Amino acid sequence: MSIAETFAKAKSENRSVLVGCMPAGFPTVDHSIEQMIAMHEAGCDVIEVELPYSDPVMDGPVIQKASDIALANGVRTRDTLKIIDAVSNAGATVVLMTYWNPIEKYGVDAFARDLAAAGATGLITPDLIPDEAQEWIAASDKHQIDRTFLVAPSSTDERLAMTVANCRGFVYATALMGVTGARTSVSSQAPELVARVRKADPAMPVGVGLGVGTGKQAAEVAAFADGVIVGSALIRCVLEAPDRATGLDRLRALSAELAEGVRSRV
Amino acid sequence: MTAQTLPDLAGHFGRYGGRFVPEALIKALDELDAAYRSAKNDPEFQARFQDLLLNYAGVPSLLYRATRLSEALGAEILLKREDLNHTGAHKVRNVLGQALLAKRMGKPRVIAETGAGQHGVASATAAALLDLECTVYMGEMDTERQALNVARMRMLGATVVPVTNGSRTLKDALNEALRDWVTTVDTTHYLLGTAAGPHPFPELVRDFVGGIGVEARAQCLELIGKLPDAVAACVGGGSNAIGIFHAFVPDSSVRLYGFEAGGDGVETGRHAASITGGSVGVLHGNRTYLLQDDDGQTIESHSISAGLDYPGVGPEHAWLNDTGRASYEPVTDAEAMAAFQLLCRTEGIIPAIESAHALAGAAKIAPRLREELGRTPTIVVNLSGRGDKDVHTAGAYFGILDPVETVVPGENT
Repeated sequence: MSIAETFAKAKSENRSVLVGCMPAGFPTVDHSIEQMIAMHEAGCDVIEVELPYSDPVMDGPVIQKASDIALANGVRTRDTLKIIDAVSNAGATVVLMTYWNPIEKYGVDAFARDLAAAGATGLITPDLIPDEAQEWIAASDKHQIDRTFLVAPSSTDERLAMTVANCRGFVYATALMGVTGARTSVSSQAPELVARVRKADPAMPVGVGLGVGTGKQAAEVAAFADGVIVGSALIRCVLEAPDRATGLDRLRALSAELAEGVRSRV
Repeated sequence: MTAQTLPDLAGHFGRYGGRFVPEALIKALDELDAAYRSAKNDPEFQARFQDLLLNYAGVPSLLYRATRLSEALGAEILLKREDLNHTGAHKVRNVLGQALLAKRMGKPRVIAETGAGQHGVASATAAALLDLECTVYMGEMDTERQALNVARMRMLGATVVPVTNGSRTLKDALNEALRDWVTTVDTTHYLLGTAAGPHPFPELVRDFVGGIGVEARAQCLELIGKLPDAVAACVGGGSNAIGIFHAFVPDSSVRLYGFEAGGDGVETGRHAASITGGSVGVLHGNRTYLLQDDDGQTIESHSISAGLDYPGVGPEHAWLNDTGRASYEPVTDAEAMAAFQLLCRTEGIIPAIESAHALAGAAKIAPRLREELGRTPTIVVNLSGRGDKDVHTAGAYFGILDPVETVVPGENT
């Protein structure tokens, strides 16, 4: 399913889309595929594959640690494409999140081509702003990849409108000023930010990320956003599990809890 | 486009520079840009900056004719004595400028990244002077290797945070500082330590340290009645080099040489030579040359000099390299340490190991220039810092420490 179809379907069901994030190759290529399929089966509507990067400035300690493990175990960019292929073949809607340099190194047009061939529907770029994205915009148009840029509570109205205008699929609203990682409460800045995006473009779906880790928080965010993005809490299921089976169990349980959350909208 | 009008309004030097950071930081960068532009044209701000440089930092630094070193190298060597500045390096110019800017923006807190601790100490110094709260991020490896500088920062009232993720070195300290900044941007100025990072940092750092070249140019004209044939500087991130180059860029007769840290030799892969041994990519907010693998993952750099031990380089250097206006060459650890010893013995000056790379580079280009010009060349060398901080490393390298102490060469960088 495309991103647009995924959001439209959720809307028709009067619920939000659940986006679950997992680094490619964490802890190994095969295990990450297994985890992503488990997340998909347990209720994540979209699997956000994160390409592990040596210098992830937007990520908190959990994703940093998982990325470090993946890189230490030798994951390569082409492995990430393989993982996307496997997970989308299992029926999941897949988007990739990556810092910009690995794409620039791969070759922007070639990457868009291979990403589309692997079955990803979109790309989230945490450190690429539309101002610097001419080459990506051309390549993603050519190869039909949706573009998700970030907006933040600090974005001016002018920048917010410009950023949303350059997105296709959905826009990623960072709920708070900070890095990825679960928080004890949902950011009070998030509803206003979502409202500002809606004002800029009422038709553009908004996913809210940063700080969501429980079903209750997912329900809170689902009350005002089209999508709920969860990463660190899911990764922790695997990171902190005493063994692999427990990790997968916890991952399925949390995915199911979050899926229920996006359907509760309180 | 000329070098004097670059970067463009979005911070591009040709294809280099720009802003590759999370959207959350853009507003802060725009505010910094606006504050810097208004400060640049504010006589009161400039007067305060010049007053601090003159009466606090000991600037302008001397341009010293190094007679015995000149004899040894077969070139007339003029040393720009940035090592005599307060805190012992050119970096004081940048931190005073940025700390004044933080005050102007009403931000009570500054954060900084540091490798060996020199920029951290300089930042803590400026913060103490201007009554700002200061947090310094330093890789855990470096806090262990540079315990004295950690103590210095704490004496000056700064909080030092050891960074335990990634490779636990300078690049990870920079990542952590960016993470702090994205969370605290309303109250905090990021006092970036080199002429790199997202726009406007490369431009504003260049301008704050640009006095080095302005002074050296005037001092050279006064001392020898003409411009030098060449200017030489070491390049890590590249702030001292851009500081001395910038005023000379329009003088087409003056050759500009940047000397990168060649470590064990660029061919060994253990080096920090981003331009001569790296490739173009994006790191820490700007497009530039960097050390990266085939997947665009950053490769750890290696140098005996902690101040040059960084896998990227400022975007203006990338541009000066591509246009051919400046030449960049690697200098190995061994070449730098030979030049370090030569300056100690001929002039009674212990240089920073960083600056020793510039001296070693001058030794390399002297015979080439002599041949090309058919006379003794004049080379201005930026002696960017003093070597007190490096005594342990150099002592271990030369095997002249107390024999009961066993130190592995390079471990103290």
